[in-house]
Amino acid sequence: MFELLGIPPQALFGQLLLGLINGAFYAMLSLGLAVIFGMLNVINFTHGAQYMMGAFAAWLLLGIFGVPFWVSLVLAPLIVGAFGVVLEKLLLKRIYHLDHLYGFLLTFGLALVIEGLFQWKWGSSGAPYENPIPGGGNLGFMFMPYYRGFVVVAALVICLATWYGIERTRLGAYLRAATENPALVQAFGINVPRLITLTYGLGVGLAALAGVLAAPIQQVSALMGTSLVLVVFAVVVIGGMGSIMGSIVTGFGLGVVEGLTKVFYPPASNTVIFVIMAIVLLIKPAGLFGQTK
Amino acid sequence: MTAQRVGYALLIVLALVAPLFAYPVFLMKALCFALFACAFNLLLGYAGLMSFGHAMFFGMAGYFYGHVVKAWDMAPEAGLLAGVAGAALLGLVTGALAIRRQGIYFAMITLAFAQMVYFFCIQAPFTGGEDGLQGIPRKALLGGLIPTKNDFVLYYVVLAIFLFGYGAIYRSIHSPFGQVLKAIRDNEQRAKSLGYEADRYKLLAFVLSAALAGLAGATKAMVQQFATLTDVAAGTSGEVVLMALVGGLGTIIGPVVGAFIIVTMQNYLASAGEFVLVIQGAIFVVIVLAFRKGVVGELADWWRRRRA
Amino acid sequence: MTEVLLKVENLEAWYGESHILHGVDFHVGRGELVTLLGRNGVGKTTTLKSVMGIVGKRTGSVRFENEELVSQPSNVIARKGLAYCPEERGIFSSLNVEENLLLPPAVKPGGLSLEEIYKLFPNLLERRRSQGTKLSGGEQQMLAIGRILRTGASLLLLDEPTEGLAPVIVQRIGEIIRELKARGFTILLVEQNFRFAAAVADRHYIVEDGRVVDMMTAAEVSTNIGKLQAYLGV
Repeated sequence: MFELLGIPPQALFGQLLLGLINGAFYAMLSLGLAVIFGMLNVINFTHGAQYMMGAFAAWLLLGIFGVPFWVSLVLAPLIVGAFGVVLEKLLLKRIYHLDHLYGFLLTFGLALVIEGLFQWKWGSSGAPYENPIPGGGNLGFMFMPYYRGFVVVAALVICLATWYGIERTRLGAYLRAATENPALVQAFGINVPRLITLTYGLGVGLAALAGVLAAPIQQVSALMGTSLVLVVFAVVVIGGMGSIMGSIVTGFGLGVVEGLTKVFYPPASNTVIFVIMAIVLLIKPAGLFGQTK
Repeated sequence: MTAQRVGYALLIVLALVAPLFAYPVFLMKALCFALFACAFNLLLGYAGLMSFGHAMFFGMAGYFYGHVVKAWDMAPEAGLLAGVAGAALLGLVTGALAIRRQGIYFAMITLAFAQMVYFFCIQAPFTGGEDGLQGIPRKALLGGLIPTKNDFVLYYVVLAIFLFGYGAIYRSIHSPFGQVLKAIRDNEQRAKSLGYEADRYKLLAFVLSAALAGLAGATKAMVQQFATLTDVAAGTSGEVVLMALVGGLGTIIGPVVGAFIIVTMQNYLASAGEFVLVIQGAIFVVIVLAFRKGVVGELADWWRRRRA
Repeated sequence: MTEVLLKVENLEAWYGESHILHGVDFHVGRGELVTLLGRNGVGKTTTLKSVMGIVGKRTGSVRFENEELVSQPSNVIARKGLAYCPEERGIFSSLNVEENLLLPPAVKPGGLSLEEIYKLFPNLLERRRSQGTKLSGGEQQMLAIGRILRTGASLLLLDEPTEGLAPVIVQRIGEIIRELKARGFTILLVEQNFRFAAAVADRHYIVEDGRVVDMMTAAEVSTNIGKLQAYLGV
């Protein structure tokens, strides 16, 4: 078949698939961060740790109780989401009246505690998680592992479902309204504090869900979320926190860009997203899809 | 005011005799982090800008120092200068971009830039990658007059550097520049309407903070004779935030106290491995929830209440 | 004697350190339309907000259908049957007109249906898919009023519904308010536009310095214009 700029199609499409997969995780995670920030005005630094907890939950559920992957896909986000609800009610609620930065610091501290505890108990080297859909198919121009294809599709479905839930349902309307004017929404009879708690739980659950999906692809380790969350922050700055669809598009898009960079100019692949962030800051500081508040 | 003068005098005396009671290397490390924390606090406590990537200045300066002194075989003074200048330049470039956003976005941008620097350091040949820059020789200062191989002697050199940096911060804060910074921090719109170019002041504060963080990092490389990836990592950025918070944001001496507390704690808990992170994280949480003014801030409050 | 729906006694309220209400007393009977009149800044809006539970710190007594509400959160108060239409209208920009209308949940039976609301405000039906904030001032005011009619609330708190609107729209709003009164709603109205208030209200309370200083029935107004004008600084 053809070669693009000296790159054989297997390598190109293989990297593109990898880029799409990374993009899938960027999208899911930045979506969760955006939803949480919109409602709570808190940058959830703990997001990476909660992603890791999702993966660990799946791993522990399998190892201790023999719970298969497909059940963990539902159970792990519920467990970690519940933990998020507890965090919000006990700790986060107390700092809403303070400067945003304190929320950042609090969630940063929590991330340290959680990651430190997991690292202390299970070390920092990773543990493998069994691939639930082994094997793959040959598409001619590339080899497509079934599980990876599944991850991309699943992530798309999850992101679109979240988008639909927020933009097209009654509960989503409550969420959007409460983001704008929580006092008025509460004066209509809606328990806004409970809505806030639920939103945080939802965002955390999304992170955990991403973690479960990630488990068969990368090693389950205490630090798997640490560097990822930093990249997701850059994704969020690029996309702007304004729109849900914006976060999804930006996440997937940046993943693909990163993948392509790995093909054509590997040494820059780690930093390309940050470079794009710098450029976006120069041209449109509010982010590609953001509105200046 | 005299109480403050007395306090400072006591501290100076304490600093002068400290090496008789504690290991000079430990003290020097603490002093370097103290200067680092003070530089960070200049930006946060006085300009209201929280940088979550300050390690890039601290760590890169260390690499610059090491490279100048070891690979280019120049005097340590040149190394220190290279560290400061390099950090300042990096501060200028990253600051110019980061300033374009406020508050939480500013923090995230500095974090992202620091990550870029970290990845650069992993790959760049001159940093020695994962191994870092090792074996930086201790050369005498002032053309051979000051033998820095002696830890005792080096301590006083480091103390002098610290006092210089601290003095620079003190002067900046109490100067008209510092007043404008405070005005911008408290109400940027108002300051702008009074004719102040807020962005220029913020950038200047950022570069100053970066340069001083660089001074701290270069000095640390001089003392420890190595520069590693840890110094540019996100963990170090987080640590300096913790030090400033523990000590007390917006107080000049707070970060010094915070730095000493954290470095001492790390020393004692060195055997606990990863558990140190848990403790640090827990301290973050507790302080944000209950002791936002930090040790010095809460003490100052308590003292004020006693006198009222 | 009509049944008292809302009885407020010695209501005090603070915004942070500022002590805005120094002891407000008034009552509203079922089916009445009562106004709070007064100059700017005397505490009329704060009174409405305090009844609704939106102001942070309040003491005193707010009894609705004989239930004490002064220390309840606003969502609990809303569910007892009160609804609030704020001065700034509070139309949500991230929702379209219909979503705005459907947002407040039905807290009690007896609210108007969506069709009935569209009949009252036909221009809202035309613009039902438009983004809420793209409407004109008058249309937004109608949306803000229409929103709370679905909930089944029996007491409507309206804060300056005619502010900044053209006279022909003000007239329309007056018709709507009279229609609502005819349907049995009880209305507590804050207004600066006295002529509008006089045309619809049964009774007026005058508010000054965070206190109610006088009360006039509609009948008494014509013989007390001078006193009224003095109060309102006209």
